[in-house]
Order: sequence, then structure tokens, then C-alpha cells
Amino acid sequence: MTTGRSVSIWFFIGLSLLVNGMLILGAGLYEVAHPPAPEAQVVLFQLHASAWWGGLLTLIGAFYCWHYAPSRGH
Amino acid sequence: MTLAFVVLSSNSLVHLAPVDMVIVAFYFILVLAIGFYLKGQANTGEDFFMAGREMTAWVAGLSFLSANLGALELMGWAGSAYQYGILATHWYWIGAIPAMLFLALVMMPFYYISKTHSVPGYLKLRFGEPARVLSAVSFAFMTVLMSGVNMFAMAKVMQIVLGWDLNFSIWVSSLTVAVYVTLGGLRSAIFNEVLQFFLIWAGALLIPILGLYEAGGWSNLKVLIAQRASEQYVHMWAGLGSFSTNPMGIHWTGIVFGLGAVISMGYWTTDFLVVQRILAAKDMRSAELAPIIGAGFKMLVPIIVIVPGLLGLGLLPMKLVPESVAVATHGYSYNDVLPLMLARYCGPGLLGLGVTALIAGFMSGMAGNVSAFTTVWTYDIYRPLINSKGSDSHYVSMGRWTTVIGVLISVGTAYLVMRSASIMDYVQALFSFFIAPLFGTVILGMLWKRATGPGGFWGLLCGTLSSVSMWAWVKTDPTALRYVALSPDAKALAQDMYQALWSFLVCVVVTVVVSLATKPIPDSALQGLVYGQTAIPPIENVPLYQKPIFWAGVAAAVFVILNIIFW
Repeated sequence: MTTGRSVSIWFFIGLSLLVNGMLILGAGLYEVAHPPAPEAQVVLFQLHASAWWGGLLTLIGAFYCWHYAPSRGH
Repeated sequence: MTLAFVVLSSNSLVHLAPVDMVIVAFYFILVLAIGFYLKGQANTGEDFFMAGREMTAWVAGLSFLSANLGALELMGWAGSAYQYGILATHWYWIGAIPAMLFLALVMMPFYYISKTHSVPGYLKLRFGEPARVLSAVSFAFMTVLMSGVNMFAMAKVMQIVLGWDLNFSIWVSSLTVAVYVTLGGLRSAIFNEVLQFFLIWAGALLIPILGLYEAGGWSNLKVLIAQRASEQYVHMWAGLGSFSTNPMGIHWTGIVFGLGAVISMGYWTTDFLVVQRILAAKDMRSAELAPIIGAGFKMLVPIIVIVPGLLGLGLLPMKLVPESVAVATHGYSYNDVLPLMLARYCGPGLLGLGVTALIAGFMSGMAGNVSAFTTVWTYDIYRPLINSKGSDSHYVSMGRWTTVIGVLISVGTAYLVMRSASIMDYVQALFSFFIAPLFGTVILGMLWKRATGPGGFWGLLCGTLSSVSMWAWVKTDPTALRYVALSPDAKALAQDMYQALWSFLVCVVVTVVVSLATKPIPDSALQGLVYGQTAIPPIENVPLYQKPIFWAGVAAAVFVILNIIFW
């Protein structure tokens, strides 16, 4: 689905999800390796939501960037 | 104002880490980049004001929904869910879905076939210049003021939640919006609204997921809420048989007729801020599908708005209170529930994404206001009343300047509100005065060919004046609430519902009476504008599952099932 011009809106959305996902994934993995003090931890810290949510956004963003890349004719 | 101050400020609900600031900064860079990229695609009037009328159903539909999914909307309704329980969901379901489907199947063909640039533009075609000028001036005036009010409210939120300076929030966000809308016009606004839609879901969806995990599931959450508040907080309809058996003090007639039949119909079908997104669709099928796609996602929005409010009610250790009490006691208000839940579950990175979602919601809402204001000013006020002989490029240039001026007026309004907070209440109340009567005028214009120009104008004027009068009556004599809202137990939201209902009825009665007393418009002048006088082209030969009527049926069925499940 495109807006009919050279760069699809979905490419921009993919770029946003990819960059944000990688930053969140990085922050999540850092917290896994270096856990903050217990009193500074968020509720359900043990689930490491940053890591898996960041990973999910990275995957979705990467797919959108690849699928709607300007070079693929979208 | 340096960035260091923003980052290091300590008097706030949440504290951002450097990675959070990078995420926020990346958002600003991306929206500006989109604006610069789209600059070359906004050279004609159709491009700048109507996004070239080439949006797909998905883009138009998500933009249509996002224009209403601002940050204040998210935080305000999460707070309402904490205060009133699951009743707040009515504003997302019966307060939106029937109206969106009605827009798609009944009204969109007339808007689209008439090729109007705006809702006031339709009124010009149907009722003549006076009705157009009345609605255009009131819409333009109120839209730009609302933009300023929202700007101030959001800056205030950023101050409370993040400790950001008011001036910093106002100027950085408004200048960014001014740049990308001036460069790319409506297309730029729509692109950023779709981007905002994804950011909001990416930033907010974790709260209900983790919250329900912590609560032990939906059933356990209902038990927790019943223990801490009342069982009525988790029923949508069961307590609406009486004004006094639900937390909102409202009767089901107010929800069904005031909210479902008038306010939501008025907002979703005649508020040009949202309708403009659909008018940018590339063809009739896309224009009809777009509100249906919007309706599908609208039904899901309570997951990221209402559920966090309910989770706050069931899980937060502290008791949230009204804003005035929170200020006096240095406690937390209802409106703080979403940031509190964000801070409860989201560590570095996720917090930045959540905050970015709030900022994106605010900025795209402002861009929506400004782009709608620009179109109405240029096409419905400047061109007919001031300069009707300008070239297309002249009107585009006027549109760009109007964008800048609209943003500056909004900033001025924000500072005015800063000096006198009561202005905010007045402006928000004033805006609601125009919606219900406007719906009465437009729907009669589309469905009743006997409605005449004077009927449309006087109906709109009297309906609006009746709404203003009721509001002023209750303001000066609060006991009048028992007459306007039918009950002394009614809360502010209930008053809005009944005020809208009465003003709509006044508009309809006056339009009918004046129309019957004036000369009918010949049928030949109503082609393409009125039901029965318009040949609506059939949707091209596509399979059933690609037809708007099919998906409208699916959305309606889901809507009914959801209301039964949460009865």
C-alpha cells in the first residue's frame, strides 16, 4: 500500500520502528547484563520487556524497510 | 533553554535516560525529514490542501483515526476510565462506530461526488453562501483557538510528567509543526498522523499486556476493581437504567441519543478536521473504506486507553483524585494515570518511546487543526470573501502563510491560557456548541431535498445559539442542570450529551419550519448533493470481501458482540 509517490509512507514507518526497536533492544540487553538496583527496577523487571519488545519492533521495522524500500519500486 | 535543563529536571513524574532522549530527538528529525521530502509534492492547490486526492483507504483511514487520537485524548480518557470505570469505553464504541459506518455508507458519497474541498464548501453548494460563511468562520476561529488550548495543555502535561519548561515545549513543538505542514501541506500532516498511529501502539501496548499479567488476567482485574471501587465500574450498560446507579450519573438515553445519535454523528461526520482526511482518498471505494478501517481500529483503542485506566484503579498503591484536589494536596490526579502506568512498567528506551508517542499525538493533533484551518480559511473565507480571482499558486502561497499565521495564533492562545486558565474551559465548551447543530444542518441537507438555503442557515444559527444559551444558563445557575440534563445527579459529561441533543433538535425543527415556509430549491440545483437527486456510481466490480458494505457489516457485528460481552 503506497501513496503513489517514490517513497512509500510505510518505509518511513518501518524506519521509525527499526531505529526505535534497536535502541530499545540495546537498552534492554544492557539492563539484562547490568541490572539496576532493586529499588530502581520497574514492576515485572524480571520479564525484561525492553529486550523482547525492542526485538519485536526491530523485526517489524526491518521487514517494512525491506518490503517498502524505494529500490524495490514502492 | 538548554537540553541539559530538560534532561536534568528533577521535579517530574518520570525521568528520562539518555537513550530516551535519543528516541525523542529521532522523532523530531524524522518528521522534519518527511516534511522536507514532501516539499516538492505540494505545488498545486489539490496537492497542498487535498494531498492530491490520492491517499489509499489504509492511509486515509489511519489518518482519519489518528487525527482524533491525540495525547490529551489518551491521557484524558485513561483518567476517565479510572474515574468512571469501563463506562468511558462508550466514547470509543457507541460514541464512534455507528457514526463512522454512517459516514462511510451514507454521507461519504455526497461529500465525494460533490468534489467539495471542505464541509463548509458542501454547505455552500447545498444551502448557499450564508450557511457556508457561518460554519467556516466559526470552524476556523474555534479550530485555531483549540489548537492553542491543546498546545498549552500538552505543555502543562510535559511540565508535570517530564519537568519540561512550558516555553520549550510550546515553541519546539509548534515550530516543528509549522515547518512540516508549511512544506508538505495536508500530505505531510497525513504522513505524520499515520506515523503517530504506529508510535502510539508501539509505545502504549505494553502497558495493558504487562498490567493484565500483573493483575492475573481480566477476571482478576474485575475482582480487584470491585474491591477497591464498585462492581459498577466494570459494566458498560448494566448500571445505566438509572442516573444514580453508575459512576457517571448518566441514563442510557443520554448515551444512546445524546452521545451515539448526536455528538458522535456530529463529530465524526461533519468536523472537517477528521473528514478532510477522507476527502483526500483516491477514489470512491477508498473514501468509503477509510472510515470503516478507522472504525475497526477505533474499537481496539480502549485496549491502550481504557484498560490502563482500569489497571490503575485495580493496581496502583496510591489513590488518584480530581485535578483541583491533586494541586492542593500535591497528590496524583486522574489524568496522571497513564504516565504513572508508563513509569510503572517501562524502563529506559520503552519510556522514551511512550513519551514520544505522547508528543507525536500532540503534534499530529496540532498539525490536523492547522491544516484544516488553512483549507477552510483559504477556500471558504479568503477566496469567496476577499480575493476570488487569484491563481492556483496564489492560493497555495496563501495556504503556506496561513499555516504559519495559524501556528502563531495558536501559540498566542497558549500564552493567553497561561495567564488565565479559565479561558481553556470556555474555548473547549464553545467548540462543542457548533458540532451538534452542524450535524443537523448537514444531514437534513443530504437526506431531505425540501430543505432550503434560509432553512439551513437559520437552523444552524438557532441550534448554535440554543447550545450557547444552555451552557450559559447552567454556568450562571448550576441548579439548571436538572432541566438541561434531566437530573441533578448529572456530571459534566452528561450535561454535554443532553445539551447536544437539545441543540440538534432545535436546529432540525427550525430548519424544517423555515424550509417549509420558503421557496423550494429546484431539483436541477440539487444534483450530486441530496439523496434521491444523486446518481451514486456503483462500486466497481470487485469481490464481496473488497466491498465497503461487507466490512461495514463485519465492523457492526463486532461492535454488537463487544457491547454484549462487556454489558
